[in-house]
Order: sequence, then C-alpha cells, then structure tokens
Amino acid sequence: MEKINAELFTLTYGSTVRQLLIDNEENVDAVNVQLDKMGYNIGIRLVDEFLAKSSGARCRDFKEAAEMIAKHGLKMFLGVTASVSNWNADNTECSLIMDDNPMVDFVELPEQYSNLSYCNMLCGVFRGALEMVNMRVECWYVRDLLRGDDVFEMRLKLLEVTAESYNDED
Amino acid sequence: MTTYFAIVSREDSPIYEADLSVAGKKDKEETSHLHQFILHASLDIVDERMWDTNNMHIKVVDKFNELFVAAYVTAGRTRLLLLCDTRNEDGSKQFFQEVHELYLKVLLNPFQGVNTPIMTPSFDQRVRNLARKYL
Repeated sequence: MEKINAELFTLTYGSTVRQLLIDNEENVDAVNVQLDKMGYNIGIRLVDEFLAKSSGARCRDFKEAAEMIAKHGLKMFLGVTASVSNWNADNTECSLIMDDNPMVDFVELPEQYSNLSYCNMLCGVFRGALEMVNMRVECWYVRDLLRGDDVFEMRLKLLEVTAESYNDED
Repeated sequence: MTTYFAIVSREDSPIYEADLSVAGKKDKEETSHLHQFILHASLDIVDERMWDTNNMHIKVVDKFNELFVAAYVTAGRTRLLLLCDTRNEDGSKQFFQEVHELYLKVLLNPFQGVNTPIMTPSFDQRVRNLARKYL
C-alpha cells in the first residue's frame, strides 16, 4: 500500500471540513450531510481497492463484515483498528469503538460548532462501501471524542441485504 | 512583579493577551492599559530589529521606565511580546520557545485562523503555567 504522511492527511481533512463550513455559510447540519455524501462517494470506490488488496476470507454475514471493517478496513486506510461490540439480539446493529483516530489530531471543536460531526465522512464511507457489497446500512456517531466523550463510537445498523441483480440485456 | 504577554499576528492584529503578573500584587486598572500600550508601541522596533539577527528571540527591544519589552518572532512573522520589570533573558528565552511550541499546536487546529484570536482555554492555562515556571 502506498502511504502518505499522517499530518498531511490530518490537515487536508481539516481544511476540507473548514472549507465546507465556509461554503455552507456555517450551517453545521448541512456540513454533516455534505461530509456524509462525500464519504459515500469515497466508500463506493474504496471498497474495490480494499477487496483487491486485502486477502481476507469472504464475509458471509453482517457480523463478519463489521469485523472485517474494524480489523482490516480501518487498518488499511487509517492505520487504526476498532473493536466491535454492543450487538443487538438479531445481529443487525453494532457499535464500532475507536480509541484513536488520526483525523482528529490537533482538532478542538469551537463552541459554535458543537453539533458538527467532524468525522462524519467516515460514516459515509462505511455506508458507501457496504452498499457495494449488497448491504444497505445506516451509520451515525453515538460518542465523539471531540464532543467530550472518551472514545469514538459509531453505530452501524443493517437495513437490508439487497439481492444480487443481473442485467442480461445483450 | 509585572508581567504582561501578548501575541500579535503577522497582519498586526492581537491574537492573544494575558496579564501574567504574580497574583496578589496585581496592578491597578489604569496601569494595565499602560502595559498594553507600551507593548504594542514596541512593535515598530521589533519589526526593525528582527532583520538584525538570525535568532527568533531578539531579547530586550524597548524600555519604558523600569519596564523591559522582550520579543520573539516566529518564522511566519507572528510576534510574541513580553513585558517584564526584571531583565531575565534565560527565563524569557525558555518561555518564548515553549509558548512557540504551544502556538504551533494551536495553529494546526483547522478551526483556528492565522488572524483570529486564540480562545482555547487550554492554551491560556498552559501559557500561565509556563509563566509560573520560567518568569
């Protein structure tokens, strides 16, 4: 895997968020949506790279997919790992817990942006990536280091497993 | 003991100011305005003197009665100014260097502009701790 300097990455992401805030006239909710959308577009491409370069076994269910993201996906693209916990009874909802995230180094959220979900792009990436492997999910932050919690906790919720559809037109 | 500290951005707007005088011996309201005034009046001399040396720390640049102004210019021309009533060059040098480090960390925050005041409470607290240690 090609690597880039972590600080360059952190500052680039920071400038992106900053610029989005300016472009959306400081409307924090609009920025959250925009970050999610950008993440989605990254995710639907990133999953291909992940599948091409990782050598994991095929995931059979959502549980394995979540483990795969936490242990290998995040490792490959962010250099961190997360732990998966808090499963609900029918295994459709779980939490990814990260102690550290290189995206938030140096960042301190000013008070007027306290609703900003700074790492919302990550949610979008998961959503996009899982959609490409036939799992429609919803993803949001439950705990956020920048808002005073001690860890990042992202909630992943499986909405449906879409069936593979083929277009035999030719 | 009187100590007053200010950071002035490269566009000449003050981005951080703190009265670091030892508690209990705080000066009256009127003199603290005077301190601010002396500090900012020395900016012209700082701008001139910074070209005479390769060091970022340019020692004492101005004197007003028994008050000394020491300055430190970062590579980005952000000026750190310190008003003291004692000549303590080693202490102020250490202080400037450590504040410079703190300032860099604050500057890396994407929400901190180069020209906007530093409102971070932790920065303020750390500067005060450094002042207690070195000055």
